Amino acid sequence: MNRSVNIWARLDKITIVIFLLLVIIGWFNIYAAVYNEEHSRIIDLSQRYGKQFVWILATFVIAVFVVVTDSRFYSFFAYFIYGFFLFLLLLVLFVGEYVHGARSWFQFGSFSLQPSEFAKIGTALALAAYLNVSRHDLGKLKVFMISVAIIMMPALLIVLQPDMGSAVVFLGFFLVLYREGMSPYILISGFLMLILFFFTLLFNNTLLSLGLVLSALILSCIVTRKWKTCLSALGIITGITLLVYGINSLVSGSLRNEHIVLISVLLSGFIFAVYFYNKKAIASLTIYLFLIGSLAYVNSVNIAFNKLMKPHQKERVEILLGIKSDPHGTGYNVNQSIISIGSGGFSGKGYLKGTQTKFKFVPAQSTDFIFCTIGEEWGFMGAFVVIVLYVMLLIRLIILAERQRSAFSRIYGYGVVSVFFVHIFINIGMTIGLVPVIGIPLPFLSYGGSSLWAFTILLFIFLRLDASRAEYLI
Amino acid sequence: MKDAFTSRKYIIIAFVVLAALLLIIRLFVIQVVKDTYRLSADNNVLRYVTQYPARGLIYDRNNKLMVFNQAAYDLMVVPAQVTSIDTAEFCELLEITKSSFNDRMNSAISYSRRAPSVFLKQISAESYARFQEKLFLYPGFYVQPRTLRKYSKPIAGHILGYVSEVDESVVKNDPYYKAGDYIGKLGIEEAYEKNLRGKRGVTIYLVDVYSRIKGSYADGRMDTVAVQGEDIISTVDMDLQEYGELLMKNKSGSIVALEPKTGEVLTLVSSPNYDPGLLVGRIRSENFMKLSADTSLPLFNRAIQAKYPPGSTFKPINGLIGLQEKVIEPSTLFGCSNGYLFIGCHSHSSPLDLIHGISNSCNAYFCQVYRRILENPAYPNVEAAYVKWKEYLDQFGFGQRLGIEFTNELTGFVPSPSYYDRFYGKNGWKALTIISMAIGQGEVETTPLQMANMTAAIANRGYYYTPHIVKSIGAEGKPDGKYLLKHTIEIDSANFESIVLGMEEAVNGGAGATARSAAIRNIIVCGKTGTAENPHGKDHSVFIAFAPKDDPKIAIAVYVENAGFGASYAAPIASLMIEKYLTGEVTNKYSEQRMLELNLIAGE
Repeated sequence: MNRSVNIWARLDKITIVIFLLLVIIGWFNIYAAVYNEEHSRIIDLSQRYGKQFVWILATFVIAVFVVVTDSRFYSFFAYFIYGFFLFLLLLVLFVGEYVHGARSWFQFGSFSLQPSEFAKIGTALALAAYLNVSRHDLGKLKVFMISVAIIMMPALLIVLQPDMGSAVVFLGFFLVLYREGMSPYILISGFLMLILFFFTLLFNNTLLSLGLVLSALILSCIVTRKWKTCLSALGIITGITLLVYGINSLVSGSLRNEHIVLISVLLSGFIFAVYFYNKKAIASLTIYLFLIGSLAYVNSVNIAFNKLMKPHQKERVEILLGIKSDPHGTGYNVNQSIISIGSGGFSGKGYLKGTQTKFKFVPAQSTDFIFCTIGEEWGFMGAFVVIVLYVMLLIRLIILAERQRSAFSRIYGYGVVSVFFVHIFINIGMTIGLVPVIGIPLPFLSYGGSSLWAFTILLFIFLRLDASRAEYLI
Repeated sequence: MKDAFTSRKYIIIAFVVLAALLLIIRLFVIQVVKDTYRLSADNNVLRYVTQYPARGLIYDRNNKLMVFNQAAYDLMVVPAQVTSIDTAEFCELLEITKSSFNDRMNSAISYSRRAPSVFLKQISAESYARFQEKLFLYPGFYVQPRTLRKYSKPIAGHILGYVSEVDESVVKNDPYYKAGDYIGKLGIEEAYEKNLRGKRGVTIYLVDVYSRIKGSYADGRMDTVAVQGEDIISTVDMDLQEYGELLMKNKSGSIVALEPKTGEVLTLVSSPNYDPGLLVGRIRSENFMKLSADTSLPLFNRAIQAKYPPGSTFKPINGLIGLQEKVIEPSTLFGCSNGYLFIGCHSHSSPLDLIHGISNSCNAYFCQVYRRILENPAYPNVEAAYVKWKEYLDQFGFGQRLGIEFTNELTGFVPSPSYYDRFYGKNGWKALTIISMAIGQGEVETTPLQMANMTAAIANRGYYYTPHIVKSIGAEGKPDGKYLLKHTIEIDSANFESIVLGMEEAVNGGAGATARSAAIRNIIVCGKTGTAENPHGKDHSVFIAFAPKDDPKIAIAVYVENAGFGASYAAPIASLMIEKYLTGEVTNKYSEQRMLELNLIAGE
């Protein structure tokens, strides 16, 4: 008894206050988003704010359960919980309800549950459990690959639903891997690939390929300071390119220009190999291999983009990049979302006075686009306050994670930070046109029981671990 | 617990803060820096619905209602909001064809997809009632109430004018009007458009994404209330107008009656005319085409646009000028041997003095008067004398617009000396060259309104007020200041008295009096007949008169085209009008019957 009192007292107050503030802000904005004069009662179970109220109450109960559970339970059963949610993700593919063309939900009567929201908890626990083993050093390829597998398995099952948005969230766990020793180059490469992905869609691929070749040559020129060698490398590549181009147009003409560049650079490699071997030019070799990788990537992005992505996903990316403009079609959501937030001005239109959200110009305004209501009714001030609250939450969680005595708790803490960060940045970024439309909820603010409970459990497991950090060395 | 990678927390924190800054900067740009989104938001949710004010009413001089309003409904459409609807049922409700539906939809779309445009104009109240019940089935459509004109009697079309849609040129030049608005055309409707139209109001509604009205914007604080147009009290006597139109049925011509003391137009008939109700609503353009194509020119306002030679009704003017220029006296005698030189005359006693010259309408008398005016030794030459003569005519308002409210009033024509110079060469013309002007033939042309105005000036013994059709605007209004301006003619009232005696004698005199058909028991009518020579056919019958002699209440000019002598038709009609106006009824039922039965058009 004495111990449980201690537990309550040791829960991090700052985090709980931010959590409560966000939940309350969320409820008030859901009320505003679905508000109409006919249903002005605060508690009306036929309305979303009424249901959310019930879910908020439930989430408090859940939080209590999470907190009273022994902290060792989470580390002990980490894999089990992870496996259980993998099983649910598999099961939902067969027995799930079709909602908006995806099997993401279990339906129990009038109640429905989205397992992908909870799978993040399992993944964070499993990742923490795996990396908690001290010999599991992320510098080792095997450990890194297993860690990636732990992250990607649920993500792939979610892609199969298909729910790309929820799957993207799992990429956030790479932040955890980075914190735990993964090479920063992997993170940087990831970003560069993302940038190259958008460039490939935006610019002429032939020019992009040639640009990459030129940058590689200039880079090696800077690194080796042997400009004559670099110039002859340019000559070799140019000669071979012209040769391949000529043969291609004589023989079949079926190769695209960016293919020709890739093949030419590969062929040039035979000549360069002699140089690399003789001079032991490791730097130049690295640059060369990067160049080959980038060119191959450029060549495959279009195929991947066209073959693997669904038309609506392609459109969302194209609209974000400004390739396509369709304010009444796919771009409608984003356009209306930006209008509603933009029309809020500095101080907003006032609570319950937002016209764009109230009159349903913004779709999904109580779920994925709840930030529109905040932006419109509370203006820049309100949006700023919400973002600051989130940043405070994230930084507080990082501080808490860093003070853990056990690696398990720390890694789990970073898992929580990663999930929240991805959700917050993508969701808000999407409503203001910074990120393609990816339908994921805003933690604690968006309407919906599944996401609220999942985020609460995710957070409170960590608070429980933090509260008992002194008790056990897991 | 410290580990090898603890310092990476700072990079992660920096990463989080950087991402948050990115969001905040973007938010600052769209919320604070740019204000285009606010406008887009307004365009989303605000719908401006124009409140059209009721047009002002028009009353006659006795406060009898002449023009009022009836409700009509324009069906508006916002094409972008139209979803799949049951077009078959829709067309049936509105009694239009499928192809007409498509045409209207396409023209609305070509105007704007998001702004409302008129889909179907002026649905009747009955159609509207039927349609309104189903309106909710047709998103994107709504009804805009408008008012249409309605006339208490099918008369006075030329006086009232009509209301039609604004022309494109007006929309371009006057920011008040938008395409599809209504504007007064001709008559009082045009002249007093600014008073009659009132002030448009606008109600701003909030609409949701389905364009359903969700309430008023800013609690209606930004709305403006439509202000009803001002009512207008016309100078017209509706009963007299109706009677005049009745008398002129089946005849071409005009009647203009003025109140001499004020210049108020009591009646302004142009025949043939049209029922103003034909130019209202959806039937307007079709009827307008028909009326425009009618060879009897019902849209032509003879009272202010037709140019007739004044004929013998011009003789009083020449008599007045002769007296004022002192080239004759009332007692001056001139002989007549069935004419003067090449101008013929009818048989009458001879010689005659001025009074009997007028009452007998002796051509020879006025030829000699006119010759004396032009050969007056007080002036160096004929041209100078002619200029002086023309000055008097100018004072009466001939050869120029009198300035009645109607924009389509014409000037008539009084030749200037240079006009004759062009024909005959400088100094190539003398009094005898233009002697036919003495008896109102020749080059001079006047409108019926100008002749009525001259008659009013004679009745007033030397002054007139510009004829006008509107007595007052609004409850307390007064007419335009220019209608309160007294125009005095530089002719002594004593001279007028002589002419008045002549006109009295013409109607009430004994043997030789030419206008006895205008006489009324107990009322002294002063009048003068005229026969306007018509090169295209039978002469026009003309008569001017005023009554009673000593306290004139009405001055009138009557033109009956192709009817021959003034005494035969114009004089009796003038007489009936005078009696009707002064006593409210006519005693000479025989004359009335004869005039009503006269049909000068059917034969053509």
